[in-house]
Amino acid sequence: MPSDAAELHEDGPMHLAVDSKHAAAAVGSIKVSAKDVDVFYGEKQALYDVSLDIADKAVTALIGPSGCGKSTFLRCMNRMNDTIPGCKIIGRIELDGEDINDKALDPVLLRARVGMVFQKPNPFPKTIFENVAYGLRIHGLANKTEMADIVEASLKRAGLWSEVADRLHTGGSSLSGGQQQRLVIARAIAVSPEVILMDEPCSALDPIATARIEELIDELRTQYCIVIVTHSMAQAARVSQKTAFFHLGRLVEAGRTDEMFTNPRDTRTQDYITGRFG
Amino acid sequence: MTDAALRAAGPAIPSFLKGAVEARLKARHAQERRFVLYGRMAIIIALAFLAVLLGRIGLQGYTTFVDYRVTVPVYIDPARVDRADIAGANFDMLVAQAVMKKLSIPDDDVGENVGKVMELMSNDLGFQLMAQVRANPSLIGRHVNVTGPMKADAALYFKGQIKRSTPPEGRKLDDAQLDWLDRMKASGAVVSGFNSGFFTRSDSTEPEQAGVLGAVVGSTMMLIVTALLAVPIGVMAAIYLEEFAPKNRWTDLVEVNINNLAAVPSIVYGLLGLAVFINWLGVPRSSPLVGGLVLALMALPTVIIATRSSLKAVPPSIREAALALGASKTQAVFHHVLPLALPGVMTGAILSMAHALGETAPLLMIGMISFVPGVPGGFTQAATVLPVQVFIWENASERAFHERTAGAIIVLLVFMILMNLAAIILRRRFERRW
Repeated sequence: MPSDAAELHEDGPMHLAVDSKHAAAAVGSIKVSAKDVDVFYGEKQALYDVSLDIADKAVTALIGPSGCGKSTFLRCMNRMNDTIPGCKIIGRIELDGEDINDKALDPVLLRARVGMVFQKPNPFPKTIFENVAYGLRIHGLANKTEMADIVEASLKRAGLWSEVADRLHTGGSSLSGGQQQRLVIARAIAVSPEVILMDEPCSALDPIATARIEELIDELRTQYCIVIVTHSMAQAARVSQKTAFFHLGRLVEAGRTDEMFTNPRDTRTQDYITGRFG
Repeated sequence: MTDAALRAAGPAIPSFLKGAVEARLKARHAQERRFVLYGRMAIIIALAFLAVLLGRIGLQGYTTFVDYRVTVPVYIDPARVDRADIAGANFDMLVAQAVMKKLSIPDDDVGENVGKVMELMSNDLGFQLMAQVRANPSLIGRHVNVTGPMKADAALYFKGQIKRSTPPEGRKLDDAQLDWLDRMKASGAVVSGFNSGFFTRSDSTEPEQAGVLGAVVGSTMMLIVTALLAVPIGVMAAIYLEEFAPKNRWTDLVEVNINNLAAVPSIVYGLLGLAVFINWLGVPRSSPLVGGLVLALMALPTVIIATRSSLKAVPPSIREAALALGASKTQAVFHHVLPLALPGVMTGAILSMAHALGETAPLLMIGMISFVPGVPGGFTQAATVLPVQVFIWENASERAFHERTAGAIIVLLVFMILMNLAAIILRRRFERRW
């Protein structure tokens, strides 16, 4: 048993009752809970014994150097790792107390509850409207007015409505990078997920578009459980209430973002967040 | 001291940028210019070969599209045509005698001149005359104008391919026949025009009456069978292998075998077709059905490989986007991946069909090398196809068939260019950016 994980367990599950940065906003109960998760890509082990509780109505940032397993962990939460041949997951991940790796659970249903936003904006080569409506269509919504309402609400929620209202039926790929990323966020929230996973959502964007997305994440926090993988310490500090630091496939330390950035317990965390390595 | 400071304090790297680089730079640019020159030479040589090939076919074949038609006023002599037995009359002789009368060519007792004139006129004139008289027996005893092609050798003389300067032993027509031809042309009875018969007739033993219609229809029918089989089966197999099949030893084995099958010589597919489709399943030989089946087998690996590579070229982010929204694998593939891969799939399919269109060897194995003088009446009737028609005519001994060989090649090439054009247009129309 790796020592870091053991140390974490002594502190018990980490979630906060009150968020220091946004004192008024209450952090919800545990939404996703991982227990002793190991992930293998063929022979290679990518994650060792990760146990982490993720709070609802909060942003949890996963940080760490490249190849530390943070994206792997993120993709375990909506079983996107299923699509990688030779990927094997051991351990238990619960969503609202339900094992998501249960054979009886359909990954299609899981992914409707756990949305995902990728590093590079990946709108479908269809119109803006169709991009947002697609999730609704595949889940069987046929009512046209209801669909138009949901598309509009989702685009408004993603802060894109005012920019695209007059060209809903033009191609989604004609938008700028930042707009495309907000479009895929609108696409994700249109199917009313409970959890939104974001895999370095701003790494392909300029600072202005990044600021816009961060603002959006902060707004969405009140309604969803958000997990974001980021390489930017500053971004983690800005948008998240909780942070988990991964290193070499292990969860080194997790806790309140403000505490971790001011008073890290592990020397590796301290070295990383102060820019000594990574 | 930090790592960075330590690194900075290391030994200075001596600069080599002076002199050496400049001297080398000239050689580097020269190398690039040389390479561009080689590339241009390669292109020029390739284009020259293509020009020679197309030029030769064009020069040899363009005369096929011109024919010489003659109009002869024939007196239907009641003494020679029996109302009760119209088919028994020698209409070819009547035509020849009408020509002789017009040109005032004397006849002799043994009928040598009549025979020589008959060598100049296609028997199509006689057939036409017989058909007209049969349909309307009241024509007997009257003058009837018939228009029809000249015999192939006469046409070759008009086209300049049989020359008077050749010694008479070396040509099929003697001096007297050439004189008559000149006089017929001077009298205005012979006119040249577009050879529409080449496109409205099928194979014939007489070169001037042979056309490509039967072969074009046969090729089309065969391609329909091939496309209906190879495209859906190939695309489905490729989608399964690329998107759904587990990656294990068995699918690896299947993949290796498909790649190998694409390289199997086509005549082997002909043997397979002969053994399986004709001998075992009893499909009628030399029919468009069996030809299409064999070519479908041959085209399958190509269609599968082309489809798989265009599916592979779809960015994985599109698949992930659909799956992460909760689309099932089938929905992700059919809603997003396949539409994006479609231009590539269609191009691959059309190019493999164009390849199948030009295939000859396997068709020889399944008996498609027969003389078929008509348009195939159905998918199980005997048929001939364009490349085989080329092969048959090329082997014919009569000189006029060689011109038709080149003509049929031109038709085949136009057919292929149209298919490739369709591939390009479809690709442009369906291409989408992401």
